[in-house]
Amino acid sequence: MRIGLDQAFSTHEQALNLRGERHELLASNIANADTPNYKARDMDFRTAMREATQPPQQPLQATNPQHLQPASHVSAGDPKSLYRQPHGASLDGNTVEMHVEQAKFAENAVNYQATLEFLNGRISKLSGALRRE
Amino acid sequence: MSLMNAIDVAGTGMNAQQLRLNTVASNLANAETVAGSPEEAYRARQPVFAAALHQAQGGYPQQGGPQPAQTPSWAESGGPVDRMSPVSFQRQFFGGEPVNGAHMQDPWASPSPSVPVFMPGVVESDAEVEPIHKPHHPMADENGYVYRSNVNTVEEMTNMISASRSFQNNVEVMNTSRDLMMETLRLGR
Repeated sequence: MRIGLDQAFSTHEQALNLRGERHELLASNIANADTPNYKARDMDFRTAMREATQPPQQPLQATNPQHLQPASHVSAGDPKSLYRQPHGASLDGNTVEMHVEQAKFAENAVNYQATLEFLNGRISKLSGALRRE
Repeated sequence: MSLMNAIDVAGTGMNAQQLRLNTVASNLANAETVAGSPEEAYRARQPVFAAALHQAQGGYPQQGGPQPAQTPSWAESGGPVDRMSPVSFQRQFFGGEPVNGAHMQDPWASPSPSVPVFMPGVVESDAEVEPIHKPHHPMADENGYVYRSNVNTVEEMTNMISASRSFQNNVEVMNTSRDLMMETLRLGR
């Protein structure tokens, strides 16, 4: 019998990775709250997750070296970072709004913890099954 | 690991805010100092922050795209303190126009998306030094004037509050990152 250990974790593992990257991005925003001309960034988690969970795109069959290949697409799990649209512009060109960043940061941290909880649940279920509990 | 990078970035933010608090402290301490000439008068110091992204790009983006790395002028003038306002500093290093998003490189192109805070230096304010008529002051010049530092106490106090709030925010980031990291390490136990 085949036990898909990697399959058991796959989505949550990718979610955890993306949550970690978003955490880093939001931490950068908070650290640069007073840096002139810094532009706040964030990622669209839904899109990033969809891209990460999609099966990797196969290259087109080429029977001739002159056949065109599509432009290098975004590889799976490679999220695009976007610029935040500020509610009010500041004079020094900085678009970090601390309350927004705090909220997103807290939200992301809770989601990260939720993903950890899911993973913990999976692990205990699997180990329970292995121990014939 | 991205949580570790978040801790590093929060550390650079705390460093920057600490430098800001330090300059505020020296400005406030020297607020009432006087000197015999405008050149000797104490001038308010302000740190300049820049996103380290500019550094990673190989220089400061000027108008018309990134330029090759250049030495900031304070390195040539022999000290980290340069007598110019943050605004003229910005004009010199970042071009007259604010850098818009299109000039910046996509951070995902680099291995890590984090943008640490970079401190290119400390600048001195070029605001007017106020002459005070005190003929009996031992430091007074031939016209009877002493020159008070150009520190604006109100400005410094607001700067201090802002710096301490930002510092606290970075501490929060660090604590959260650490907690998440510890929980990740405890995964499956």
